[in-house]
Amino acid sequence: MKLTGAQILFQGMVEEGVEVIFGIPGGSVIPLYDTLPQYPQLRHVLVRHEQGAAHAADGYARATGKVGICLATSGPGATNLVTGLANAFLDSVPMVAITGQVASSFIGKDAFQETDTTGITLPITKHNYLVLDVNHLAGIIKQSFHLARTGRPGPVLIDIPRNIFLEHAEFSYPDQVDLPGYKPILQGHPAQIKKAAKLINEAERPVIIAGRGTIIAQAGAELKYLAETTQTPVVTTLLGIGCFPEHHVLSYGMAGMHGMAYANLAIDKADLIIAVGMRFDDRLTGRISGFAPHARVVHIDIDPAEIGKNVHVDVPIVGDVKMVLQELNKLINSTQRLKWIEQLESWRKEHPSLEIRDSDGLLPQYVVRQIYEATQGDAIIATGVGQHQMWAAQHFYYDKPNSFISSGGLGAMGFGLPAAMGAKIGQPDTTVWCIDGDGGFQMTIQELATIVQENAAVKIAILNNGYLGMVRQWQELFYKRHYVATPISCPDFVKIAEGYCIPGLKITNKKDVIPAIKQAMDHQGPFLIDFMVEPEENVYPMVPPGAGLAELLEQPRKKAKAITDSNKLPVSNI
Amino acid sequence: MIKTRHTIVALVGNKPGVLTRMASLFRRRGYNIESIAVGHSEIPDLSRMTIVVNGTDNLLEQVRKQLSKVVDVVKVVDVTGDNITARELALIKVKATSTTRSEIIEIVDIFRAKIVDVAPDSLTIEITGDEEKVDSLLKLLRNFGIREIARTGRIAMLRGQPRPGRDSP
Repeated sequence: MKLTGAQILFQGMVEEGVEVIFGIPGGSVIPLYDTLPQYPQLRHVLVRHEQGAAHAADGYARATGKVGICLATSGPGATNLVTGLANAFLDSVPMVAITGQVASSFIGKDAFQETDTTGITLPITKHNYLVLDVNHLAGIIKQSFHLARTGRPGPVLIDIPRNIFLEHAEFSYPDQVDLPGYKPILQGHPAQIKKAAKLINEAERPVIIAGRGTIIAQAGAELKYLAETTQTPVVTTLLGIGCFPEHHVLSYGMAGMHGMAYANLAIDKADLIIAVGMRFDDRLTGRISGFAPHARVVHIDIDPAEIGKNVHVDVPIVGDVKMVLQELNKLINSTQRLKWIEQLESWRKEHPSLEIRDSDGLLPQYVVRQIYEATQGDAIIATGVGQHQMWAAQHFYYDKPNSFISSGGLGAMGFGLPAAMGAKIGQPDTTVWCIDGDGGFQMTIQELATIVQENAAVKIAILNNGYLGMVRQWQELFYKRHYVATPISCPDFVKIAEGYCIPGLKITNKKDVIPAIKQAMDHQGPFLIDFMVEPEENVYPMVPPGAGLAELLEQPRKKAKAITDSNKLPVSNI
Repeated sequence: MIKTRHTIVALVGNKPGVLTRMASLFRRRGYNIESIAVGHSEIPDLSRMTIVVNGTDNLLEQVRKQLSKVVDVVKVVDVTGDNITARELALIKVKATSTTRSEIIEIVDIFRAKIVDVAPDSLTIEITGDEEKVDSLLKLLRNFGIREIARTGRIAMLRGQPRPGRDSP
């Protein structure tokens, strides 16, 4: 059967189970869009900026576990995808991005809307392709989806010249991929697993640090079994939030720069770190030379290049987290660690990181907590980047994987709204809240139009403090309150929302928070609440840049006093 | 951490952009390449690449792993310390007058190098060997005045019969 390149692309997507495409048309993809109506099973979401397409595909992929698709034209369309691709790359999100390219005969001539898309995206994609022969297209689509979703997932970009969409080729979708250079290791090495089990069985103060790899591998049950059987406390990375129920008695929340004090102290005093599907990012480790100074490290990850990259590892296990944990769980002993757990509980009491300070003012932490109360945790929270992101990570309890969607590695402001939209489109029956800051919200605010056009009932909570808050916090703490370029004005968000036909409320008093959230939840469609929160509220705990995890600053208003815990609690006493 | 010179041999897909992918990775991660040489291998559609990198063992482990992650890279082996044959080829154009020509030819003979072009005021010499041999020759020729040098960088291969699964890069 002969098909055009455009038909091959869409047919390939259908074969791969694609349901939604986030995109914007432009010159080089007109022939592609012309073919789209032939595939009514593919829903096209017309975003307002390509960055929105990429972030929406990302949010969709994280919420559903499926490959997210974004589509853009050549030149500016492709360059606008860049932030979203980099974001998906750093957070290992499965995505396939399609970009149009100028016709083959124009490539290299600096033609209208020509950019070297594969060149630009090379370091921020797992792999990319420039299609030069329509006969190769089906194979490339097959490979792209395979690469995007297997191994360590990531974005794959296919750059397709305009003429390829129009040319014909015999279509048969390949059953298998032929990629001799790509063979992810799934089974962990049995000898290594045995060594890890021995360390776990012998450890006195083990801590599990679980990351997004645990969510990707759907290894929540295996992780829980490991933790419960060996009575090992679990802390997570920012992106690992939700892989282990935060209400679980062994959960000690998020660790790292704005992690829970007790989670960081646990790492600091541990004699064994069991790192599961994570990559020792600097926001997690703090000063690397001071990280887990008493611990040996078992590191389980599917990407061999992550082993030993930042932290010395005693027992590396390369493999799929689920498969490795299944094998590991056969070798571990049922253990009681009363002393160690007691120690963590006493830290939890001494350093109540989630305590919200007494205030009649409207505190951002309080808003997040009330969203939690209203949803009872049964929601997806998508955030931008900054203070609000950390409060959303801290003060909402996440018991399910993929319920916290956030830009971790790249830290891309503007991620929140389009990611929430993608998540809502992927999980229409789940309540989706976008918790954003007043700064970041203005970066992708145009996607309000998409939300309305697509009737995606995203609930939006802006924690509006009139600052680029996280930068302001750093200026306050480390730059002598030298607030340069951080006070930021914003439009009347409620009026803006009204302009997009989205109802909204501006909340300035604490007492109005709960009714406002209720009103938003009761409303059928999208809803926006602009919370005018305390302008100079800081995120605590905080591990200052260059400090070790135990050298953290605590809230509330005790920020000058660091925990001198290492003196108070010598390791031998634990 | 002691820095040593490592020779990495990679088998890579003969595809457009593969060299860019490798080069981009070295640049982006700050690996310092001393030389890189690429050419066809005995397997159709695959090229063999020899890369010489200076760095600590830890760094080289990262280099090897990061290279392995490139989808078009089929295999990467660090052959440093293995029993390898390593060669490079250099073309050297050296100033030669009627009085110096015979002395240069004598040196060339000692090195078992070849004269590949003779001009009234210069000689072009072709030499193959390991880097040290090429460097020694250059040192001796420098006194005569070197006009131009072109070096291929190292190519390397394990000695003897390839053992399955180990030597194929």
